[in-house]
Amino acid sequence: MTLLSVDRLSASLRDRQVLREVSFAIGEGECVGLLGPNGAGKTTLMRAVLGLIAHEGTSSLARLAPHARARQAAWMPQKREIAWPVTVETLVMLGRIPHLAGGQRPTPDDTAQVEAALAAMRLRAHRDRDATRLSGGEQARVLIARALAQDTPLVFADEPVAGLDPAHQISTMQTFAGLARAHRSVLVSLHDLGLAARHCTRLILLSDGAIVADGPPQEVLTLELMAQVFGIRAYFRETEDGPVFQPLEVIA
Amino acid sequence: MTRLSTGLLGVLGVLFVAALTLGPAQIGPVESLRALLVGDGGPLTLVMREIRLPRAILAVMVGASLGLAGAAMQGYLRNPLAEPGLIGVSGSAALGAVISIQTGLAASVALGLPAMALAGALVGVLLVVALAGPRGSSLTLILAGIAISALAAALTSFVLNLSPNPFAANEIVFWMMGSLADRSMTHVWIALPFMAVGWVMLATMGRGLDALTLGEDAASAMGISLTRLRLTLILGTASVVGAATAVAGAIGFVGLVVPHILRPLVGARPARLLWASALGGAIMVLAADIAVRLILPARDLKLGVVTALVGAPLFLHLIYRTRRELA
Repeated sequence: MTLLSVDRLSASLRDRQVLREVSFAIGEGECVGLLGPNGAGKTTLMRAVLGLIAHEGTSSLARLAPHARARQAAWMPQKREIAWPVTVETLVMLGRIPHLAGGQRPTPDDTAQVEAALAAMRLRAHRDRDATRLSGGEQARVLIARALAQDTPLVFADEPVAGLDPAHQISTMQTFAGLARAHRSVLVSLHDLGLAARHCTRLILLSDGAIVADGPPQEVLTLELMAQVFGIRAYFRETEDGPVFQPLEVIA
Repeated sequence: MTRLSTGLLGVLGVLFVAALTLGPAQIGPVESLRALLVGDGGPLTLVMREIRLPRAILAVMVGASLGLAGAAMQGYLRNPLAEPGLIGVSGSAALGAVISIQTGLAASVALGLPAMALAGALVGVLLVVALAGPRGSSLTLILAGIAISALAAALTSFVLNLSPNPFAANEIVFWMMGSLADRSMTHVWIALPFMAVGWVMLATMGRGLDALTLGEDAASAMGISLTRLRLTLILGTASVVGAATAVAGAIGFVGLVVPHILRPLVGARPARLLWASALGGAIMVLAADIAVRLILPARDLKLGVVTALVGAPLFLHLIYRTRRELA
């Protein structure tokens, strides 16, 4: 079943065209990595798909009413904002807002979703701490947990693993892969191509606002495409420990 | 009901009774309360029902309005330094009132002053909405508010400058300090509809403000309409602050300090802070109005002066505490 279909989506920011006629679809159980150099339009793509900015073309999500969309897709922005010193548990509970009627108190189901999200991001020990007092990486995990607690078929995360330690980078990507196995889908923008190679089922490579490649990691992380899009030479092998990708040097 | 709201309601109740039993006429508390409730048509009943009761009710209404609007404003802007006066409505309401005093409208027409203040607030809010636009960021709202506040302050000075005699200037200056003295039930009935509408609007913002803890992008992805939230904030604040200024003059620091004090007690949750701040604001204004009558009963000490005298040092202390926490 298709969870998201995007057709010839274009978007401009301050009269500069950032996205050019992007089309793709995401089905059930996909962990899609969104790759591309700085300024390629990854964030703009996700925000346009969610209908948060003006765009041309169609996105099945952006056409939904805001409330219905919030039950369909969760969004973790790149800018990690936590305005008030609320506890970790309270912050993660904010993810349940789309599921609560006006003035309704959290039900046992809401609490269970929050518990699951805290457990997935290994945050149970921190539940009563002020979210603003956590380290940057811990805050990122709290915000990922918040998005998970929204319990949507689709999860969009903009550079969620930036600033995380290696263990939490891996466990976060494993959590996303786990969502995909549970027939939910994830669109995650990444700069760590090694993580993308190991954990994503599919990669979309964006360059200058257009999709250059879209397919399984082996087809996208090719030497030619890496040279063309990132200007790097890379090492990519299928090993007994799984795929290993390592950027080596900048091509002069 | 939580322990905090029970405690705040308890304090508010005690202060309300205290406000009713205090006054220049030396009457025992039991006697005065009986005169209020039973009502035998005597002078004591008149004093209680026409002088003390409206004053106490207005203190609660004005305080609750300022506290609630302050909490909503801080929640929306995600800034603990925001206050209800920020959008320029209290300044423009004050300008309307000052014009009515200057032109003699306040003296010649019954309720000319509150009516002009409400008109001033309306002009202010229309300007803010027009300037800040329906889709703009919170920054444009702040800038529009600052511009309107500055314009209203400049025009107020201009009116003062033109005032024909020192008495008019004196009256204007004293009115601007804010007071609840000599208000009647009519003032309650003028303010109540505006405040009630504003209270309901601001009270609906809780969930949106909670979501905004995560930033504007995340909040709108959770189905919160920022355009509507912002319009609700502007209109709700304008309605309660305009009405409060119309009946009590400019009373500062309540909307700034009360949410700040209560925030740690509600776990910093913006939605819960709305209710707590409404109660806390009512307590602060009621207490200040009692203090006005106790400290210098003969000198007509102004309410706004007391809230500022209490509020400013309190605010300094809060800044000091915040600085220590950041260190």
